[in-house]
Amino acid sequence: MVGKMEAVNGVKSGSNSTASTFQSAFFKPDLSLKSLKLKTKQQELLIRVSILTLVYILAFITRLFSVLRYESMIHEFDPYFNYRTTVFLTEKGFYEFWNWFDSESWYPLGRIIGGTLYPGLMVTAALIYSIIRFLRFAVHIREVCVLTAPFFASNTTIVAYFFGKELWDSGAGLVAAALIAICPGYISRSVAGSYDNEGVAIFALLLTFYLFVKAVNTGSLAWALASAFGYFYMVSAWGGYVFIINLIPLYAMVLLITGRYSMRLYVAYNCMYILGMLLAMQIRFVGFQHVQSGEHMAAMGVFFLMQVFYFLDWVKHLLSDTKLFQAFLRITVTCAVGVGAIALGVGTASGYISPWTGRFYSLLDPTYAKDHIPIIASVSEHQPTAWSSFMFDFHILLFLFPAGLYFCFKRLSDATIFIVMYGLTSMYFAGVMVRLILVATPAMCLISAIAVSATIKNLTQLVRTKSKVAHTGSTKGTTSGKASSKASLDQSLPFQRNGAIALLIGAFYLLCKYATHCTWVTSEAYSSPSIVLAARGAYGNRVIFDDYREAYFWLRQNTPPDAKVMSWWDYGYQITAMGNRTVIVDNNTWNNTHIATVGRAMSSYEDEAYEIMRSLDVDYVLVVFGGVTGYSSDDINKFLWMVRIGGGVFPVIKEPDYLVNGEYRVDKGAAPKMLNCLMYKLSYYRFGELQTEYGKPPGYDRARGVEIGNKDIKLEYLEEAFTTSNWIVRIYKVKPPNNRW
Amino acid sequence: MGFRFDLFIVLIAILSVPVLSDLILSKVDRRIDLTSQVVRITSTLKVENSGNDPVSEVLLAFPEHQEKNLAYLTASFREGKGKGKGSTSSLPVEVVHPQGMPPALVFYSVSLPKGLGKGESLTLDVLVVFTHSLKPFPKEITQADFQLVVFQDSGHYLSPYEVKFQSLSVKLPDARIESYTRLENTKTVGSEIKYGPYENHPPFSYSPIVVHFEQNQPFAVAEQLVREIEISHWGNVQVTEHYKLIHAGAQSKGEFSRLDYQARPQVRGASAFRHLVAKLPPRAHSVYFRDEIGNISTSHLWTELEIEPRYPMFGGWRTSFFIGYGLPLQDFLFESGGKRFLNITFGCPMNEVVIDNLIVKVVLPEGSRDISVSAPFAVKQWQETKLSHLDIVGRPVAVLEKTNVVPEHNQHFQIQAAIQQVHDIISRCLSIHDKLEASLRDLSRTGDVQACKAARKASDGQLKELSKELRPLLAFLQSSPQAAQILPKVEELVAKERELQEKLMLKHTTVADSYEKKSGGKEIENRIASQQQKIVALRQEVDDLLDYIDEI
Repeated sequence: MVGKMEAVNGVKSGSNSTASTFQSAFFKPDLSLKSLKLKTKQQELLIRVSILTLVYILAFITRLFSVLRYESMIHEFDPYFNYRTTVFLTEKGFYEFWNWFDSESWYPLGRIIGGTLYPGLMVTAALIYSIIRFLRFAVHIREVCVLTAPFFASNTTIVAYFFGKELWDSGAGLVAAALIAICPGYISRSVAGSYDNEGVAIFALLLTFYLFVKAVNTGSLAWALASAFGYFYMVSAWGGYVFIINLIPLYAMVLLITGRYSMRLYVAYNCMYILGMLLAMQIRFVGFQHVQSGEHMAAMGVFFLMQVFYFLDWVKHLLSDTKLFQAFLRITVTCAVGVGAIALGVGTASGYISPWTGRFYSLLDPTYAKDHIPIIASVSEHQPTAWSSFMFDFHILLFLFPAGLYFCFKRLSDATIFIVMYGLTSMYFAGVMVRLILVATPAMCLISAIAVSATIKNLTQLVRTKSKVAHTGSTKGTTSGKASSKASLDQSLPFQRNGAIALLIGAFYLLCKYATHCTWVTSEAYSSPSIVLAARGAYGNRVIFDDYREAYFWLRQNTPPDAKVMSWWDYGYQITAMGNRTVIVDNNTWNNTHIATVGRAMSSYEDEAYEIMRSLDVDYVLVVFGGVTGYSSDDINKFLWMVRIGGGVFPVIKEPDYLVNGEYRVDKGAAPKMLNCLMYKLSYYRFGELQTEYGKPPGYDRARGVEIGNKDIKLEYLEEAFTTSNWIVRIYKVKPPNNRW
Repeated sequence: MGFRFDLFIVLIAILSVPVLSDLILSKVDRRIDLTSQVVRITSTLKVENSGNDPVSEVLLAFPEHQEKNLAYLTASFREGKGKGKGSTSSLPVEVVHPQGMPPALVFYSVSLPKGLGKGESLTLDVLVVFTHSLKPFPKEITQADFQLVVFQDSGHYLSPYEVKFQSLSVKLPDARIESYTRLENTKTVGSEIKYGPYENHPPFSYSPIVVHFEQNQPFAVAEQLVREIEISHWGNVQVTEHYKLIHAGAQSKGEFSRLDYQARPQVRGASAFRHLVAKLPPRAHSVYFRDEIGNISTSHLWTELEIEPRYPMFGGWRTSFFIGYGLPLQDFLFESGGKRFLNITFGCPMNEVVIDNLIVKVVLPEGSRDISVSAPFAVKQWQETKLSHLDIVGRPVAVLEKTNVVPEHNQHFQIQAAIQQVHDIISRCLSIHDKLEASLRDLSRTGDVQACKAARKASDGQLKELSKELRPLLAFLQSSPQAAQILPKVEELVAKERELQEKLMLKHTTVADSYEKKSGGKEIENRIASQQQKIVALRQEVDDLLDYIDEI
């Protein structure tokens, strides 16, 4: 009992700096306890609940930087699609949403929205919205969408607490809740306004894992059922559910191999797998993939293996003869493996079981995408992770992780095996792709929490037992009895108590550093909406570049409602959501050829591009240009990807044509094709007349730091329709064909 | 120009019309202000009666094509002869359709406060405001072009009366004048064109003039403006204004070059406007300006609100946005005699914005009843309900709609809930009367005189309370000008009710007394028969009056 209270103490220090007051109040428990007339257990509960409440609130408010600094708005690219669909869902109802054919994107192909998205996020937000409306709060759907991610981050802390409690003890649970509340790796995808699938998916992921571990620990059908529903929610929310459906069989497999197979596992796995699979099939986007796709076959294999195992167990029970059983085992295993292999082979050969997708391959082999799928490789968040971003996103968790693994191995159980496997696999994936740091974050937090909790518990026990022995000399309960006996064993170590105190202070210092680091990262790096750009002005004041919205709103107001806009796919979602105009390609990169066509148009000469644009009914072309402001993620810097993706489908486009000695440049030394392709012309049209920086020649590109090579750009088939105030977005109108006479 | 030909036909048509009355305009002085997109014509008319019969109305004539753009018309009357003497008061104006007039003309009749006798004269000041009367010509211009507009009117004052002496001056913005029609006696002084003086023109004289000039003032037109004024119990009036703006000048064609616009915005974008200034009421707070996709970060709030759309507005370009602000409730909501009224401005706070269609929604707190609106000009009205924070049944919304709104319409209007309270009190009195009657019936059944007397005493007290409540309400009605037409009815209602009350009491006493004296049923009936008749008649009258007030 006392041990538990110690753990509570330790957590407090992790969550915030008021730890010392709690600490001091707790060093004299006898006095305060009697006067308050609360039993120790009640007091513990009170403190635990209040800490959890604080963590819950903290997790929410730390994500509000962007709202305070900018405004309540949707961030980035994908969230705009989610927002648009959510608005549609709330306005038109679920069935309309489910059957929605969107003709505003992928012109002229269109997109079946209901069948090509994970509806979990939208349905969740719409549900929250209707509940709030039912309670008669006249909120706007945008506010609900903006705050969905922080709300689910708060809920994740609660799940983390229970998970930690299940893995280790309630102390570890509290530390885990506190760590995950402010961990930058998670905050990066869950700040207010970042209305993306990941926001709710991490909650669903952790919930599913927690419920599954609980089911394995208890062997209860109810928990397994709950876990299946958690899995269903996860499937409805994010494509990352594939991680669950592969990790859980892997875990079951490991338990089988290590001889930890039990009835509990059998119940938990079978119930979760079968029900989870049936539920997941209800999501149209997933459909029959659970039985047809290569990525899901591991789970099915383990399922059958589990049955074989159970069968063997039963036979073993019936046959008391070991020799006979050995023979039977051999035959059965051979048969089972043989049948499995044949089934898989036939399935794959006949095309019933689809092979692994490129995305899945690129996870297993980081170099795969670069060679085969440039469209995946072109996304910055799909790049392999740099060490610095690990440090940036995890900070001390990076050091605590191995320590936590040590503790896990020291007290090995079904649950700790699970978290170790989750931690190790997700760390691998986090190394492969930057965005998957997100998946690793809960595991990092949980394992680190175990390390923190266990260390601090041991240290405080050292400190307290000594003082207790000195002061009261009495022992209460078995735990402190053990501790004191342990302490008496360790009496021989010199400066033990001081050393423990020093180590405690060190731990607090580290945790404080973690808190400040997280706050700093959140406020500096992860709270920018990326729609509105901010920079420091000459006098230290904040300058806002609101060019994106300027352009999108211009499109929305001043172009015909059926105008088709061609742009690189990055801006597709934003154009449809904010500009309310039809786009050729967007961020749902489902049709590589279509994107390649746009890439080809952008990299062709104007007259060739005009033919392509005419064939696609393009009315306006939108390019993003950072040469005036020094905004580096513009279309010129992305241009090589357009060339690559275009060239991947249309061999007319050759990357070397745009390079000079393998070097990409836009100045006088640039390749002639580069200087005259559509993208170059549209980006730099009349830029040569503009003086961007004092002391530099006109036409000085600030994003690339060079004077441009082609200053005399004439457009024949297009005309400038609009350019934003900082030139970041430029929109051109495609002229109608000339009259023949 | 197509319709000049039409005008010519009109001219022929109207020349054959007989003289309407014996009025003569002895002097007409017109000033046309073309410095903004709104055309303001101020005319000073000196009206003289040359006939024998006193005349009580003066007709103003407008060609139909002009009249459809007429946004605002006010005629005020100056007593005394010299300028600046006497007080001016605006006169009621209404559309009339006099017999035998050409169909292409629309007439407005100004009712004079008192008949104009033989030989008498008075001076009328007429302000007419037209929207959409400056036609861009050419209709499409490039970014570098200046915007030229055409204005058409008559050089002679179009009137059903004979005009003795008249002059016209057209005030133009300080810019180039492309061309203008020259009549005799035409001269330009600076940016002003003067026509006249002309003498002795017969009724319906019309000589078209056309002025073609440069006009780069913002042609900001709100195709629709929805103003929502929400009154909160918590001391706040929240105003939200949804604008749908268009630059209604010459359409821009060809390229828009940001480079040119940045380098010389005054030249390469002269016809565009960058921002609009909204003059918010004093003590406005919590101002915001947003559109469908977020804050309009280009706009600013200094001492006044400067709305700068996300992009410069060229001809034909549109934008839409909404602004919101809070106002302290005590500045706009007044209480008098137990009911409250809101007094707030009608139009939009922006200078020189023409509103094609203005909808004002006044959201009253949940549970408000008996709403009445009084506006200084004709508006279309209806009611809606709006569900907002923590509402169960929704808030009543009074909606006013008006087309063609100019800054001149920026006047106060009132929303109140006064008269209905009188109605309420009278209804309650009547229900007490019913109770009294019921007690009498009980008496005839049970013969319990004491219970009957107790019921009467209670009713007496209640009636006194109610009449006390009624007094301040009546006082308010008497003092408020808006209630003028309804006041006599209300007073009649109160008087009738009082009479009814007395009669009923009398009857009650009689019956109770008779029971005490143990008179026979027949005898009692005889005694109250005459009273009963009166009571029934009075009750009928009171009910009728209540219905009448209800309808108002």
